[in-house]
Amino acid sequence: MWRKFDVAALRDAALAGLVAGALALPMLGFRLVDGVTGLTLAGHFDLVAWAVGLVFCGRLLIRLLPPLPALPALPARFGDLRLKAGWLLAGIALILPFLPFADRNLVDKATLVLIYIMLGWGLNIVVGLAGLLDLGFVAFYAVGAYSYALLSQTFGLSFWVCLPLAGLLSAGFGLALGFPVLRLRGDYLAIVTLGFGEIIRVILQNWQEVTGGPNGISGIERPSLFGLSFKAVAPEGQQSFAAFFGIDYSSEQRVIFLYFLILALALATNLFTLRIRRLPVGRAWEALREDEIACRSLGINPTTVKLSAFALGAMFAGFAGSFFATRQGFISPESFTFIESAVILAIVVLGGMGSQIGIVLAALLLVGLPEWFRELQQYRMLAFGGAMVLIMLWKPSGLLSHRAPTIRLGGNP
Amino acid sequence: MSEPPASGEALLDVDHVTMRFGGLFAVNDLSFSARSRQITAVIGPNGAGKTTLFNCITGFYKPQVGRLTLHHPQGPLLLERLDDHVISRRARVARTFQNIRLFARMSVLENLIVAQHTALMAASAFSLAGLLGLHRYRDAERRAVAKARHWLDRMALTGLADEAAGSLPYGHQRRLEIARAMCTDPLLLCLDEPAAGLNPRESAELNRLLRSIRDQDGIGLLLIEHDMSVVMEISDHVVVLDYGKKIAEGNPAEVKRDPAVIRAYLGEPDDADLPPEPTGSASC
Repeated sequence: MWRKFDVAALRDAALAGLVAGALALPMLGFRLVDGVTGLTLAGHFDLVAWAVGLVFCGRLLIRLLPPLPALPALPARFGDLRLKAGWLLAGIALILPFLPFADRNLVDKATLVLIYIMLGWGLNIVVGLAGLLDLGFVAFYAVGAYSYALLSQTFGLSFWVCLPLAGLLSAGFGLALGFPVLRLRGDYLAIVTLGFGEIIRVILQNWQEVTGGPNGISGIERPSLFGLSFKAVAPEGQQSFAAFFGIDYSSEQRVIFLYFLILALALATNLFTLRIRRLPVGRAWEALREDEIACRSLGINPTTVKLSAFALGAMFAGFAGSFFATRQGFISPESFTFIESAVILAIVVLGGMGSQIGIVLAALLLVGLPEWFRELQQYRMLAFGGAMVLIMLWKPSGLLSHRAPTIRLGGNP
Repeated sequence: MSEPPASGEALLDVDHVTMRFGGLFAVNDLSFSARSRQITAVIGPNGAGKTTLFNCITGFYKPQVGRLTLHHPQGPLLLERLDDHVISRRARVARTFQNIRLFARMSVLENLIVAQHTALMAASAFSLAGLLGLHRYRDAERRAVAKARHWLDRMALTGLADEAAGSLPYGHQRRLEIARAMCTDPLLLCLDEPAAGLNPRESAELNRLLRSIRDQDGIGLLLIEHDMSVVMEISDHVVVLDYGKKIAEGNPAEVKRDPAVIRAYLGEPDDADLPPEPTGSASC
């Protein structure tokens, strides 16, 4: 059933077109052209007209089209289904590097997606469970990465020693951020956390003596597997992985090892979250998200509850950061810009706040797909934006927003 | 857990409490006591300071003047010196809210389990024992579920235990909020307009429930209520406020006859010299 065409629809579409025009004019309308006489300004107003026209027609279509068909109602045993889907995805992830079509490129991309899944699961504790809108999550990721890089280069500590230390340091920063913002909620909290994220980045950029400033830190130590190195020639006193198992050296071994490392870290994050949701702390987080005043009237101290959420979320970001540093071998402040925070938050919101498997799907969609469509070059961001708009139209509360109770009468779920 | 004090003992003493917001005296030099095993009702016209009083008792506001003493079995506690969440935990004062504050997206059972946070937190050693799946925590959780079950049965909500609290009908949400408050093992239960929005049948049900809490659980109840059928039927003691001041106190029958109360509710004639109308005020 088409909806009625009327003046209101037309006005709505015209307004959308106007906004698109205002945005497109500076971004598409003018272009600097490198000519013989130097830089000149060229107008591309046809592109602006296209943008306005497209948005106008699109908006009109959305107004007039019948409402998007609702997804079939989730079956009553959806919890079971979700559990099965979770195991299935974990199984696929486990055998992925050994599948016939898996090449180095695929494993690399999967590693990247897994980093974001882990970050999403970490942020989910703060945003999805405790309901504290955090726009500066990347700061803890940066703290983790720099902690590992600096500890390993200054004191020569191994990755496995640094990993928990980096997590602790990040959790400490989480507490440091948590204290001043305890009284803030919603938008105000978001702005302060945004500022915190930028402060960390600016410090990393300018504290030349320690962080190397914009040049970053390079030559970061790669991790070893129980003392087995993944280098072609093992360093003094170590044995290489290939030599130990008597196989030929290949650089792919390290890539696959890193993949399994992040898989293990991410699954540990997931297991922790699933478990803690059923414990008093986890339930207190969710209760705090629902109603802080009621929490206080029930004897729950909101200070400790909020701080524990900030600290634990930050800790997982710290682990992910350490992994990022060891995988790249090089870090600089450029990797920890606001857009990273935004992408992680988008993953959590899109997945359906609080849903673990929703985050996996959202990370695949937001990080995986753009990586795949790199050939589309600058248009992939356009596709990314379009996909976001579609999802918000279709499922405004996230891909999987269904929440299963953490305890049932007469047996745990 | 210590037993609540015996019947009729003073449970809460409100002494000369004043709560000011700028120049407005929301509660002005108010004194009264609530006793255990009794239902004390606080009534008064809109804006009389009833909810402000509740917020002072439960620690959400700190009165500028006066003292709030709770006679805990382990010695008196001064509520105005405690933080709101400590009042629930240590002084064992629980409350409900005028506009229901349930954890809407959590299930009914989860709401009742969250209310037992303090006990579960201690049993789980700040969740560490729970994280490792130790018996100690599982036993504590089983006890918590049993207690929740007890209150679900009493509130006739057992069949809805796994539903989201926000999806329940209004009357059920009111009952759930009382159940949640009771799961904290209170000595004093403060109910802020528990009958608001209930139909007569639900209201009668509520009366029965509040009486059973008074008689079976032996705790003190303090309630704010507009519904006079509830107040007059179940209260043992009524305190009437107007503009933050206490204008009358006594048992329901006394309060109903008090001229000051009638004036506060129905207003005074414009000209005090005129003789009172022959009809009207007597009918209330």
